[in-house]
Amino acid sequence: MLLKRIIPCLDVDRGRVVKGTNFVDIRDAGDPVELASRYDREGADEVVFLDITASHERRDTIIELARRCAEELFIPFTIGGGIRSEEDVRALLAAGADKVSVNSAAVRDPGLIATCARRYGSQCIVIAIDAKRTGPQAPGFPAGTAAPGDERPAEASRWEVYVDGGRVPAGLDVVEWAARAVALGAGEILLTSMDRDGTKDGYDLELTRAVSAAVNVPVIAGGGAGTLDHLAEVIESGGADAVLAASIFHYGEYTIRQAKEHLARRGIAVRL
Amino acid sequence: MSGGIPARGTRSLYIIDYGAGNLRSVQKAFEHVAVEARVGSDPREIATAPALVLPGVGAFGAAMKQLEDKGLIEPLLLRIEAGVPFLGVCLGLQLLFESSEEDPGVPGLGLVRGDVRALPPTAKVPHIGWNQVEVCRWSDLFDGIPDGSAFYFVHSYAVVPRSPGDVLAMTDYDGVTFVSAIETDNVAAVQFHPEKSSALGLRLYRNFARRAGLVTRP
Repeated sequence: MLLKRIIPCLDVDRGRVVKGTNFVDIRDAGDPVELASRYDREGADEVVFLDITASHERRDTIIELARRCAEELFIPFTIGGGIRSEEDVRALLAAGADKVSVNSAAVRDPGLIATCARRYGSQCIVIAIDAKRTGPQAPGFPAGTAAPGDERPAEASRWEVYVDGGRVPAGLDVVEWAARAVALGAGEILLTSMDRDGTKDGYDLELTRAVSAAVNVPVIAGGGAGTLDHLAEVIESGGADAVLAASIFHYGEYTIRQAKEHLARRGIAVRL
Repeated sequence: MSGGIPARGTRSLYIIDYGAGNLRSVQKAFEHVAVEARVGSDPREIATAPALVLPGVGAFGAAMKQLEDKGLIEPLLLRIEAGVPFLGVCLGLQLLFESSEEDPGVPGLGLVRGDVRALPPTAKVPHIGWNQVEVCRWSDLFDGIPDGSAFYFVHSYAVVPRSPGDVLAMTDYDGVTFVSAIETDNVAAVQFHPEKSSALGLRLYRNFARRAGLVTRP
């Protein structure tokens, strides 16, 4: 039976791990590869590295990170952040990354998803989506205006895609964008709720449910984990195939093993 | 097939590189369990290696062509016939068979009777993630690995051996049961990626190296 995954996410700034709270407050937490190896030993199923400086500088540091991980890490790892072109994707995969996660560049040029999926396979193309709740309002349209082709009830919740590290609204509906990305060849969706990220109030279950129902590839839920029950809820009622979390693991509130055991006790199939 | 005596001179396992992806993680996984491993595409190295590993990602037809263009097929078959321990990984499992639906008409290595078929579309394809491996019979390859342990998979095709005796392990994916490991004489192969399967994957690599007497520390 295919097992549900727990994935610690490491934000990396110039080769060091940091974690932003709501993308603002940042603390240093060490060497990314050592931290990832520790998570491997604790039972993490994968690791995601998000380079938060790559957009502006030093692409070489993330390629070096991929190379070191390929040598020292014996679980799959994904690298994201600042990936702008097919050449960036190629270089990271050649350095040993199992998957790359593309966010803003895919929104600006959806053809990039198709090109990379065709060339390297869907299994290594993760599309990351930063989602912000807009209420019933259709993203990119004036309040009270229905988006063409949107058949959901007018009062249904909607979320807007944000790019550039959550700074810029893209005018796209999250559920529609996820479905389109998968149709173009995305192999997984890494879905982060900006409203919940850093709050520890739990994942946005409604958002995760809406995206999971719209795509036939795994959905990794991110943003908002504060307790082990939050991890279980987003799998059980959000339909997530994997859960991403950062601070609850980084600062030692829970170990990955405790999280796995908690999920197993609730009847969720995990690797122990 | 008989023997299995490591060649004199080299104590290094040989990982066959035919241009399909980054093999550094496979090499480092062996090194991590104190097994010397080299990566390359030199037919002379294949002819003398004490153990061979054929990894691989990518397409069946392209991989067979690469092996052929680099002149690796004959030395590989000869070395396997000489009884040297062999381990196929992922595509390296599929290449052992006679043919694949991925590239009809392209003959495989034909060391194992049977063929390779696409996973049925009833399941999400590719099959990616951690899944449980149910071992069908005892093998030193799974020594110290509890039955039903999880390993990391990434694939869209699965092997269908003609002889049930070649099956070493099975895996269930959304109701589709497929062969996740085979073994016949000195040839073993797995569909999952031990180098991405944490401690138990490393254990499997170590078990394989032990067959060739290449484990240097307890």
